[in-house]
Amino acid sequence: MTDTDVKVVYQRPIGLTDVTTHYCPGCTHGVAHRLIAEVLEEMGELRNTIGVAPVGCAVFAYNYFDFDFVEAAHGRAPAMATGIKRTLPDRLVFTYQGDGDLASMGMGETVAAAARGEQITIFFINNTNYGMTGGQMAPTTLPGQKTSSSPLGRDVETQGYPIRTAEMLATLDGASYVVRRSLHDARSIRNAKRAIRTAFEIQKAGLGFSMVEFLSICPTNWGLNAPKSREWLKDHMLPYYPVGDFKVSEEAERVMKEVR
Amino acid sequence: MAKEMIKGNVAVAEAAVRAGLVSYFGYPITPQTELLEYLSARMPELGRAFVQAESELGAINMVYGAACTGLRTMSSSSSPGVSLMCEGISYIYGTEVPAVLVDVMRGGPGLGNISPSQADYTQVVHGGGHGEYHLIVLAPASVQEAIDLTGEAFYLAEKYRTVVVILMDGFLGQMMEPAVLPPFKPVNMESPDYAVAPKEGREKRFLTSINIDAPTQERLNIRQMSKWEEITRNEVRYQGYYLDDAEYVVVGFGTCGRIALTAVREAREKGIKIGLLRPVSLSPYPTEVLDKLAEQAKGFLVVEMNNGQMLDDVVSIVARRAPVHFYGRMGGMVPYPDEISQAIDEMVNSDAGPELDGRAKWLELMRETIGQGA
Repeated sequence: MTDTDVKVVYQRPIGLTDVTTHYCPGCTHGVAHRLIAEVLEEMGELRNTIGVAPVGCAVFAYNYFDFDFVEAAHGRAPAMATGIKRTLPDRLVFTYQGDGDLASMGMGETVAAAARGEQITIFFINNTNYGMTGGQMAPTTLPGQKTSSSPLGRDVETQGYPIRTAEMLATLDGASYVVRRSLHDARSIRNAKRAIRTAFEIQKAGLGFSMVEFLSICPTNWGLNAPKSREWLKDHMLPYYPVGDFKVSEEAERVMKEVR
Repeated sequence: MAKEMIKGNVAVAEAAVRAGLVSYFGYPITPQTELLEYLSARMPELGRAFVQAESELGAINMVYGAACTGLRTMSSSSSPGVSLMCEGISYIYGTEVPAVLVDVMRGGPGLGNISPSQADYTQVVHGGGHGEYHLIVLAPASVQEAIDLTGEAFYLAEKYRTVVVILMDGFLGQMMEPAVLPPFKPVNMESPDYAVAPKEGREKRFLTSINIDAPTQERLNIRQMSKWEEITRNEVRYQGYYLDDAEYVVVGFGTCGRIALTAVREAREKGIKIGLLRPVSLSPYPTEVLDKLAEQAKGFLVVEMNNGQMLDDVVSIVARRAPVHFYGRMGGMVPYPDEISQAIDEMVNSDAGPELDGRAKWLELMRETIGQGA
């Protein structure tokens, strides 16, 4: 026994349940989950929020977040979130989607929600592959990148080009706040958290559609350990998917300054 | 309350509003569009939610989200749009949240046309989407019945936490006739216990259709089947006409059932002891009454605006106790009462036994009288 004073400096946010997740070791889903839970706790919105889980690695996100959740069909989360938000407009409603779910199966629902200026927030995990089904080519897979369904590397002549989702959505008038952040180092993670806060504040103020894209790692399917995955993200993803603010409406700008 | 001339699509829309509809999500498609157009003005006027979705996929998943709040929600569409919605219907059923869908059927397959049809009986009654599910399917035969069944649909959807489909056709959707609208029900904005509608001091809730553990999924399937068993016991609806002493029975639903009634009345005037069974709930089907009729009837005639989709159900229930004749029109064609009268005469004069293949006989007739081609 010791008499030394102890102080808790790091613990599970109350917005996350006390369970072991099914995510692979090193995966940044855990980081993204934690940031969202921390922000909602800080905003005092945990009992005023409904999350919409995707089909993909985050399909069981509702087991990990300790607040109300629904589980959508593949790609349809923005539509489902629309139905919830229009019915309960005073609640915070967000979707949490991967790149296959959002940018392939659900691009129609995503673009339409952004164009309508739907008062929802989308958190978009871009890890350049389909994680849950075992690492197939995604709309975000980089040119030349090997996946289980582009074994020779993505050939843009036959398999087309990656989609820069944030840049694309930023062209829509209904989108109020569309940014890309990365989860590969501590500094980026802190910036990512500020973006989450900004997005939720924008929704709370009724200023329209918001999306935060997170560059994420997938050590298992990339065949790299976590540190090497983070390096790979930095070396390969950041040049193609630059971090930045692609759309910040005038009203959103004001909110963003307050969050800083 | 006075009767007013009102179009089927508009009548259903206003009936839903008066039943306390909180949100509507839809996509334009003929011959259903007036329903969406009407609500695009009516819902905002009352401060309620209306979204014209990007697609039927979007619309049904908006309904899915709204249904997870447990508050009254609906969509409407027509055949090709309902095909797109089948994914969402399966999810909504799997999650056991209440929703109402209006399907104003048109001719198919494919893009088909925009004329009245009943070609989606099988799709809506026996499946459509993936997995094992049973929807409650209600088929009105008049604008008034469509109004009445709309209120009923919301009640049943909530009672059983399931999807209720009002299965109409382009004829009913487009037709104007006098009808009485119901009084306004108060809008309930209090979410039920199972729904997601977070508030302070309440435990987290989540709604999902995934059960990765197969034994758990099977137990859920068993419970959902038990619920369906209860629905089949309690929620059968049908209209019988002249059935008490009927030696012959015509079976038809919706618009076709209504047209058949004219033919049945004419036959009665000629002295033929014939009645009409018009199933109102196509699912659950009025199996028991049909089963009893099969004990007394010399012959059945199924009439539909399709290739004999309900026919298969009738044949299975009659179980070779009497011949089951069939008369149908397809492709968006609506039969005249005369055509059904003729089919009745042929049934009465037929010496066919219970082994009759009604569809094969009908198809032969179609080839001879209408021809095939295009």
